[in-house]
Amino acid sequence: MVEQEQRTGTSSTRMIATLGIAGLFSGLALVAVFLFTRPIIEANQAEALRRAVFQVLPGSSSFQTLEFSNDKLALLSVEQENNAPKSKNPQIYAGYSKSGKLLGFAIPGEEAGFQDKIKAIFGYDPQRRMLIGFEVLDSKETPGLGDKIIKDKYFRTSLTSLEIDPKIVAVKPGQKTAANQVETITGATISSKTVIRLLDKTIRRWLPSINIYLAKQ
Amino acid sequence: MVAQHKYLFSETMKNFEEAARYHEEFIKGLWKENPVFVAVLGMCPALAVTNTAINGLAMGGATLFVLTFSSLLVSSFRRYIPKEVRITTFVIIIATFVTIVDFLLQAFLPAIHKELGAFVALIVVNCLILGRQEAFSFKNPIRLAMVDALGMALGFTFALFCLGAIREILGNGSLFGVSLFGPSFEPWIVMILPPGGFLSLGFLLLFFNWLKQRQEQKQSLVYLADTVAEVAEKKDSIISLKRGV
Repeated sequence: MVEQEQRTGTSSTRMIATLGIAGLFSGLALVAVFLFTRPIIEANQAEALRRAVFQVLPGSSSFQTLEFSNDKLALLSVEQENNAPKSKNPQIYAGYSKSGKLLGFAIPGEEAGFQDKIKAIFGYDPQRRMLIGFEVLDSKETPGLGDKIIKDKYFRTSLTSLEIDPKIVAVKPGQKTAANQVETITGATISSKTVIRLLDKTIRRWLPSINIYLAKQ
Repeated sequence: MVAQHKYLFSETMKNFEEAARYHEEFIKGLWKENPVFVAVLGMCPALAVTNTAINGLAMGGATLFVLTFSSLLVSSFRRYIPKEVRITTFVIIIATFVTIVDFLLQAFLPAIHKELGAFVALIVVNCLILGRQEAFSFKNPIRLAMVDALGMALGFTFALFCLGAIREILGNGSLFGVSLFGPSFEPWIVMILPPGGFLSLGFLLLFFNWLKQRQEQKQSLVYLADTVAEVAEKKDSIISLKRGV
């Protein structure tokens, strides 16, 4: 048999069987590992989001998810939140104090930066119409330059009491004169301007639905 | 009695030879045939993720897992894999272990997974792994294949760690995140950017080639000295023979 195979080459059936068996065992192994790791990965992601929401809404001790569907914002029930697969509708998070008072909304957004998309989440206080916190969720900006949007303390502080009216605008370093202005970072001009654009665009997009939601409460 | 001694002697010699073979297969990956510094393989992860020492170690660890388990499977089933579809089978095996590593990193080391990004998935096309399957595991027994895979993977990890450590120390003034030079140190940002990877690799290759050349020169000098001594000895013996005559 082996001699015959050496003469005529391996039969197609044997080749197909080898690849089929390899593929079958590969698939089985992957499904097993996926099922084992999926709950842990989802818990990690939920924990990262929870930490970010509490960071951008200082003083909050709990939050609820709001989903934008059928042209309005609506609270997600606990069952809906725990349901998998997760809904693909855009979501924001309402943060509450210990006494149950609404402190503000944590709003995620993304914008094309210097290298890749910058994904961030920020806190919005509807009573003072101000941004009160900012956290970068994902960024591939240049280490040492663009990543100053994460490391520059002055820039980050300026985003924790930023008025949104009439518009969030970028100004050159040292030229800030109003509470709706943010100074860009030297050496990270594109990245910091991207963050400012991200904040303004995202808040403008969400503001009407947030106002409608608040009016109904 | 003599026969027994002869048998024991031959068995001991066989064991020695086997141990020496294992030792050689293990060591070659670490130094003589180091995948990065000598064979210049796996350049994509070697340059892309080595901006810190910990990233270098993590990528090395992931590669070690994939290479060792792939070699184990390929060597175990080498008699059953037809020659014509061997590469496809290797890729299926390698891709399976890479996806497993990807899931495990996401679950247990999410920070490292975020840092390594797409480069975990790209281990599939690391030519070091496919190369070892084709050049070694497919032709050798399981234990030898495992020793070879471990040696190569540790050599790769060592190289990535060297690159990562140099780039982190110069580009960030720290090692494993611990500041080394204090706040007065002005970091060389270029070292943690892509050009820093090429620069560091270039200097390391230069250094290892210089070491290799020096070793070869030493060896050739020793050989030359031995030959001269041998010739001189022969000459002496000829002279003394002539005198004797």
